[in-house]
Amino acid sequence: MSAFGDAVTWINDPVNWRGRFGVPHLLLEHLAISGVAVGAACVVAWPVAIWLGHLGRAGLLTSSLSTVSRAVPTLALLTIFAATPIGFGDRATMVALAVFAIPPLLTNAYVGMREVDRDVVEAARGMGLSSWQVVRKVEVPLALPLIAAGFRTAAVQVVATASLAALVAGGGLGVIVNDGFGRQRPGQILAGAVLIALLAVITEVALAGVQRAVTPGRQQTRTIRRTVLRRRVP
Amino acid sequence: MILLAPLADDEAPNPWFSWSFVRDNNDAILAALRQHVTLTVESVLLGIAVAFPLALLARRYGKLATPIVGLSGVLYTIPSLAMFAFLEPFVGLNQTTVLIGLALYALVILVRNFLVGLQGVPEDVREAARGMGYGSGRMLWRVELPIALPAMMAGVRIATVSTVALITVGVIVGNGGLGQLIFEGFNNNFYRAEIVTGSVLCVALALVADGLLAGVTRVLAPWSRSRTS
Repeated sequence: MSAFGDAVTWINDPVNWRGRFGVPHLLLEHLAISGVAVGAACVVAWPVAIWLGHLGRAGLLTSSLSTVSRAVPTLALLTIFAATPIGFGDRATMVALAVFAIPPLLTNAYVGMREVDRDVVEAARGMGLSSWQVVRKVEVPLALPLIAAGFRTAAVQVVATASLAALVAGGGLGVIVNDGFGRQRPGQILAGAVLIALLAVITEVALAGVQRAVTPGRQQTRTIRRTVLRRRVP
Repeated sequence: MILLAPLADDEAPNPWFSWSFVRDNNDAILAALRQHVTLTVESVLLGIAVAFPLALLARRYGKLATPIVGLSGVLYTIPSLAMFAFLEPFVGLNQTTVLIGLALYALVILVRNFLVGLQGVPEDVREAARGMGYGSGRMLWRVELPIALPAMMAGVRIATVSTVALITVGVIVGNGGLGQLIFEGFNNNFYRAEIVTGSVLCVALALVADGLLAGVTRVLAPWSRSRTS
């Protein structure tokens, strides 16, 4: 297939590795957009989830949140934000990505907090720990595997979806594909697709490592199996 | 395709919703909606047609389960924009590219849920059916499928809702159903009425489809309360 040959040629062309639209710059832009979005989502989602999980409320809220968020197309939110004072481009993308990162972060952290053994919490209370100490020293450390699972899910989803920024005049690796379609260059389209897919897979593998590092052996299979089903399609 | 005169300047009214837009562009909106529904039905059905035999294979030959689930997991990591971009040079700028990409994502969700459903059939139930003289085909149809149905339908619901939302990314190959409205609204000086009409219809379609499938599950398996995973 000639498209493959063209893609190899495109990747090997030094012109495509320099300047504003070079691969390194677009990659950094992609990572920056994703990083800000995930960071902002964590700041919002984690305190809420930990608080609700501690109180034991809102099981229904978190489960309906994931259905509703799955039903809203990313493109819709991207363009709607672009039509508000937020404006188009990277800023609209970051806000939209952060919104979509909240459900997996919230749900996983909430479930993690709820699944902490009630006897352990009671014992901690009996030892005279305050409510805040129970959260900080008992519940959060025990919920860490699922909190990490949620982080991995959210981050992979954000890195994957950040490629759509190019559709609303933003940056990131999606620019290569979008520009390729605009100029009808199959090689460039294919090369962009490979780079985006590679980045997503690398993120997934790296964060799966982080998740394993904070998960004690016994819980691993259970935690990992559950996260995959909770993710939005990228 | 909808052709609208671009707004003159920022002073022009740009409401979030407008009945006159809906009235004037009735045909285009209906055409986009029709493409969206067609693509959803086709991709989910195609996904089911491939996922079901794969799940059966994975269950019968336990060794195949890990590679099938693992490979589909990798597939699920590939972003939709990249997926369509992979397919386009070979399939072309048409609806089929979107259809194949979406069927692949649906497949991943469905294989897992089908497998979970089939594995959830208790061994003693299977043993009892075998003792009553059920062959493997009849057992699948009369015993295993009814028990696995709620978990399988939960997968179909997730796959359908995801597919409806994802079709919008098909704008990259010019076949995004309601996404075409959203994208054209964006390119038309952020014409809000067009963006919102497309988005609202898209979310409504997803929720209606989810509700319908929940109803179907209740009719087919009245003994179980519907579950979502």
